[in-house]
Amino acid sequence: MRRFLRPGHDPVRERLKRDLFQFNKTVEHGFPHQPSALGYSPSLRILAIGTRSGAIKLYGAPGVEFMGLHRENNAVTQIHLLPGQCQLVTLLDDNSLHLWSLKVKGGASELQEDESFTLRGPPGAAPSATQITVVLPHSSCELLYLGTESGNVFVVQLPAFRALEDRTISSDAVLQRLPEEARHRRVFEMVEALQEHPRDPNQILIGYSRGLVVIWDLQGSRVLYHFLSSQQLENIWWQRDGRLLVSCHSDGSYCQWPVSSDAQQPEPLRSLVPYGPFPCKAITKILWLTTRQGLPFTIFQGGMPRASYGDRHCISVIHDGQQTAFDFTSRVIDFTVLTEADPAAAFDDPYALVVLAEEELVVIDLQTAGWPPVQLPYLASLHCSAITCSHHVSNIPLKLWERIIAAGSQQNAHFSTMEWPIDGGSSLTPAPPQRDLLLTGHEDGTVRFWDASGVCLRLLYKLSTVRVFLTDTDPNENLSAQGEDEWPPLRKVGSFDPYSDDPRLGIQKIFLCKYSGYLAVAGTAGQVLVLELNDEAAEQAVEQVEADLLQDQEGYRWKGHERLAARSGPVRFEPGFQPFVLVQCQPPAVVTSLALHSEWRLVAFGTSHGFGLFDHQQRRQVFVKCTLHPSDQLALEGPLSRVKSLKKSLRQSFRRMRRSRVSSRKQRPAGPPGEVQEGSAKTERPGLQNMELAPVQRKIEARSAEDSFTGFVRTLYFADTYLRDSSRHCPSLWAGTNGGTIYAFSLRVPPAERRMDEPVRAEQAKEIQLMHRAPVVGILVLDGHSVPLPEPLEVAHDLSKSPDMQGSHQLLVVSEEQFKVFTLPKVSAKLKLKLTALEGSRVRRVSVAHFGSRRAEDYGEHHLAVLTNLGDIQVVSLPLLKPQVRYSCIRREDVSGIASCVFTKYGQGFYLISPSEFERFSLSTKWLVEPRCLVDSAETKNHRPGNGAGPKKAPSRWASVPARPAGVLKEIQSTLEGDRG
Amino acid sequence: MNRSHRHGAGSGCLGTMEVKSKFGAEFRRFSLERSKPGKFEEFYGLLQHVHKIPNVDVLVGYADIHGDLLPINNDDNYHKAVSTANPLLRIFIQKKEEADYSAFGTDTLIKKKNVLTNVLRPDNHRKKPHIVISMPQDFRPVSSIIDVDILPETHRRVRLYKYGTEKPLGFYIRDGSSVRVTPHGLEKVPGIFISRLVPGGLAQSTGLLAVNDEVLEVNGIEVSGKSLDQVTDMMIANSRNLIITVRPANQRNNVVRNSRTSGSSGQSTDNSLLGSPQHIEPSCEPEDEDSDEDDIIIENNGVPQQIPKAVPNTESLESLTQIELSFESGQNGFIPSNEVSLAPIASGSTTEFETHAPDQKLLEEDGTIITL
Repeated sequence: MRRFLRPGHDPVRERLKRDLFQFNKTVEHGFPHQPSALGYSPSLRILAIGTRSGAIKLYGAPGVEFMGLHRENNAVTQIHLLPGQCQLVTLLDDNSLHLWSLKVKGGASELQEDESFTLRGPPGAAPSATQITVVLPHSSCELLYLGTESGNVFVVQLPAFRALEDRTISSDAVLQRLPEEARHRRVFEMVEALQEHPRDPNQILIGYSRGLVVIWDLQGSRVLYHFLSSQQLENIWWQRDGRLLVSCHSDGSYCQWPVSSDAQQPEPLRSLVPYGPFPCKAITKILWLTTRQGLPFTIFQGGMPRASYGDRHCISVIHDGQQTAFDFTSRVIDFTVLTEADPAAAFDDPYALVVLAEEELVVIDLQTAGWPPVQLPYLASLHCSAITCSHHVSNIPLKLWERIIAAGSQQNAHFSTMEWPIDGGSSLTPAPPQRDLLLTGHEDGTVRFWDASGVCLRLLYKLSTVRVFLTDTDPNENLSAQGEDEWPPLRKVGSFDPYSDDPRLGIQKIFLCKYSGYLAVAGTAGQVLVLELNDEAAEQAVEQVEADLLQDQEGYRWKGHERLAARSGPVRFEPGFQPFVLVQCQPPAVVTSLALHSEWRLVAFGTSHGFGLFDHQQRRQVFVKCTLHPSDQLALEGPLSRVKSLKKSLRQSFRRMRRSRVSSRKQRPAGPPGEVQEGSAKTERPGLQNMELAPVQRKIEARSAEDSFTGFVRTLYFADTYLRDSSRHCPSLWAGTNGGTIYAFSLRVPPAERRMDEPVRAEQAKEIQLMHRAPVVGILVLDGHSVPLPEPLEVAHDLSKSPDMQGSHQLLVVSEEQFKVFTLPKVSAKLKLKLTALEGSRVRRVSVAHFGSRRAEDYGEHHLAVLTNLGDIQVVSLPLLKPQVRYSCIRREDVSGIASCVFTKYGQGFYLISPSEFERFSLSTKWLVEPRCLVDSAETKNHRPGNGAGPKKAPSRWASVPARPAGVLKEIQSTLEGDRG
Repeated sequence: MNRSHRHGAGSGCLGTMEVKSKFGAEFRRFSLERSKPGKFEEFYGLLQHVHKIPNVDVLVGYADIHGDLLPINNDDNYHKAVSTANPLLRIFIQKKEEADYSAFGTDTLIKKKNVLTNVLRPDNHRKKPHIVISMPQDFRPVSSIIDVDILPETHRRVRLYKYGTEKPLGFYIRDGSSVRVTPHGLEKVPGIFISRLVPGGLAQSTGLLAVNDEVLEVNGIEVSGKSLDQVTDMMIANSRNLIITVRPANQRNNVVRNSRTSGSSGQSTDNSLLGSPQHIEPSCEPEDEDSDEDDIIIENNGVPQQIPKAVPNTESLESLTQIELSFESGQNGFIPSNEVSLAPIASGSTTEFETHAPDQKLLEEDGTIITL
């Protein structure tokens, strides 16, 4: 034990460790949790998203992304990218302003905070006097105009945030300069809109909430024009030529006002309520965009009829007689339209609508008829249905990769062909060295295949298992199938759909064989599907087999959910992974472990009642084994009550995370690390005090065989090893339970030529009861050189050395508390590492990873990557079980983050930092996926003139971006070429 | 049981040894091969056979060279008896239900009074009935206070030995805070405390732990800086042989050390520790890690239905012929020879026991031994 506590400081080993291990949180994949602000720079073509936890994220061309975190944990309410600059200003809900900039360091851009500022009024003034409502960065990039609740407009100078008090445009000053007849009404209140004249930097427009709009001459300090509307003002748009204003109002109306010196008391040119005549909700933002063709685009948010559609989150687009109300499943935070970037151009010529909703980003192609959505290369909503499990497969063979992409591209036919329009900056990240897949299982019975090779996590293909089953909802009942003359013309967009038809469809375990294309998927109601990749659509019946895991156990009653009813008869399946066998566990408890051996054509599955082995070649059950302890009553009652409580606790932990998410990112630009710690300590302190008020007790009791869920099968493992005697190795199946029991079955798989004729046979060969009875979370066999056995078919594909079958094999059993190495075939304990007894932490995830050295090209070692319940990540050496390194990675309170962690085979990993975001981390010095990109304002300015009319017609726009075509098929092409070259 | 293969093997060669066995008023004489005495079970069966009492449970004793009546109930002491018998092995058999356990022990056969003992401790043997000491086969490691010599007086290291008992550990822990003396003066630091003892549980019945005792170490690992959940997991992971170092809430019952303590380790008392109660000795030697865990391995298809409980007694071994069990009994393992374990109590010559008179009754009931 001592030797683990105080590892000997072998300098050679220490140096080697530095060459092998290094911990980094590298990139966050997915959609930011709780976005609260949107910004866009037309000149940089960079999108910025702020969140309620104070993070800002910048996205440009795929691979170009930056993240920053405000020191304060306050919500970002506004983001303004300064025109033509690599700078942005953020406003937080504590009324503080922050200036960020992208600075080039060591060849790559970094996002960092330069200044922060809080507007202060004179002593004694009400706080609302300086509460900022609108921020207008002036085109000179030297001034910020700040509209406030008091109606005053303050001016500060950038970059130092120097308040220019003499330039303040107070509401009193405006009032005095108004004509007599406009003064009598109390027209001021807060500033709702601030705009600079599109052509004349000396004029700004100020809109007050009571309906007064003035155009202010900055040099002459006078009112040039004023407009009075009868309704509460929501927002204003100033047409590109400066001759027309469009105001939108709280009653769902919008008005057009001509800007001309002719009329002294102008009336609106036109005023209408687009979804009238019944009362409508407010239009909160409106854009009026001119086109070369003449007819403008009117795009506005809200304004829906209050009674019947008041709960919808809509953005309406009106152009050339077409009108569509894009209907989002979550609240719209903000939207922007990508238009001609050159301020001197005569027309806006909008080409894409970018909508930031609470749960997803949607981009609509406005140039193609029908306004189709554009497929996202990043910012995918991972949680469009809640993620229930994930599975990572490294180093996918090119053939399988292409087939998956081909299957996926057929599903994406409804997307626009427009190339990704937000393409600022250039990625310096080298092409990923290998193709990695991340598979996520979802509550609605789908499995999503993500390209996890690089910085952008991109959806390749979506598999749905729903078609196999009869569900309550008829798939033909389609919400979008509305009549032609339906009003309002709603159209559902986006993929976020958190409502599952049936929670039993939820995917719990996934196992993909990358060599054979076989996929096994198991779900909440005991369903195990075996699927095969097929490039053609097919109509086939899914063979159904029932596995009775209770066997001869008598007197048990399953009180949980029923099994899903499967469709009988042939079902049509899309190209892609098509199921051919459904093994239904009885009782239909959630499948807790799954293993697939594609060479032997066997699939093993386990639930809380037992486990079984299925021969999917012969479509025959080989055996089932009940692991239920006779006294375990809870396991029989079914998981429903417990599932609910687990869900509840997950939800609570997310709620806790919401405010206190402090990411310990390496490249976090905010201040010295000391201050960060101070901040996090602040958030933890109240927790400690609460604990003292209501002390929690923990019961200290030894585990016994009578504990609940001891029969719960936690892990299954196939190995070709010496199970019975040291002279002959044979296929074997290993199962580990929650009660610390390991079962080993020797298998007899007929040779290939007689594979269909002879049955697969299995016989129990060993049973090991760990005395400490902790749940078994991992089983692994090491070959004669103490190297983990390769995956099935890996050797056949020449991708791995064949295992050493000369020396004696060893069995590694990882329980939640201990690592133990046993000899084989006679099982006797050889080595162990008692993790819990030493540290009080428990193993949550364990996986073998290969760590390459950053110095020696071909040097590498196999070790165990371990995640504990405290959120620590450790590397434990093989085969000597010596702890190598330890890093704290996830906060220990973040139960869902810890539960969601997956390791890759090369020392990286993913875990959920929110329902919609994966954090990617790396333990390896060699395998690191990290954004490295360059954004240069000068460079992007240079090719502005080439950007004549929209992205499709302007190939020069892409020239400066390194070859990284957004089109999926193009990428394959380049990969292909790259591989051949 | 292959009980009679040696029966009647009374040849006159040199390797044999005469056995004289007495049961009630009856004597039997037979011989054994000294070099190959066989197993205790075989010998036991042989005795039942020669006395024609095949179904009677009996206790077997023998007279050793000092004339003490010592028990034979396992292979070890059986072999000891055979090897020391000179020339004759005298066996005494008692029916179990009638057995007089007090007959065993030192000086029991040669009823010679130790005058000195009686003078020094006049009340020891007279007023109280003889302390009943069970047979060595019933001995098992029990909960105890350990490492008294290396710990500060204000601390107590308790071993809760769960192995072989059905009693639950039976206690709860909570978060709390304690006051520490630091170079900056008194400081409040978070700590882990015992919050509840379950009636009838091991923790309560030993009387060694109490509510509000502060937990300082678990099996040699300091708990400071660890969360309640971590400490819970550490305790559960060590539950088969749990060693908790506490600072008792009630400091009045502390063991008072003095230099006259008997026992092997008692002499090494370091008085310098008394002045620095905050100082915690580097962890107690985590002893013999493997003694607490031997996983049961069932090879082939042997008895898969029920995994027999591993109980350290000889009978159960026999029923587990298909199970590989390896009990490595180290210093915690069960005590193989009665002389050693009997000594501190039976001779009772330490002053410690007198200072702890109120505790003694408790100790007897629960089989708690204080080793010094």
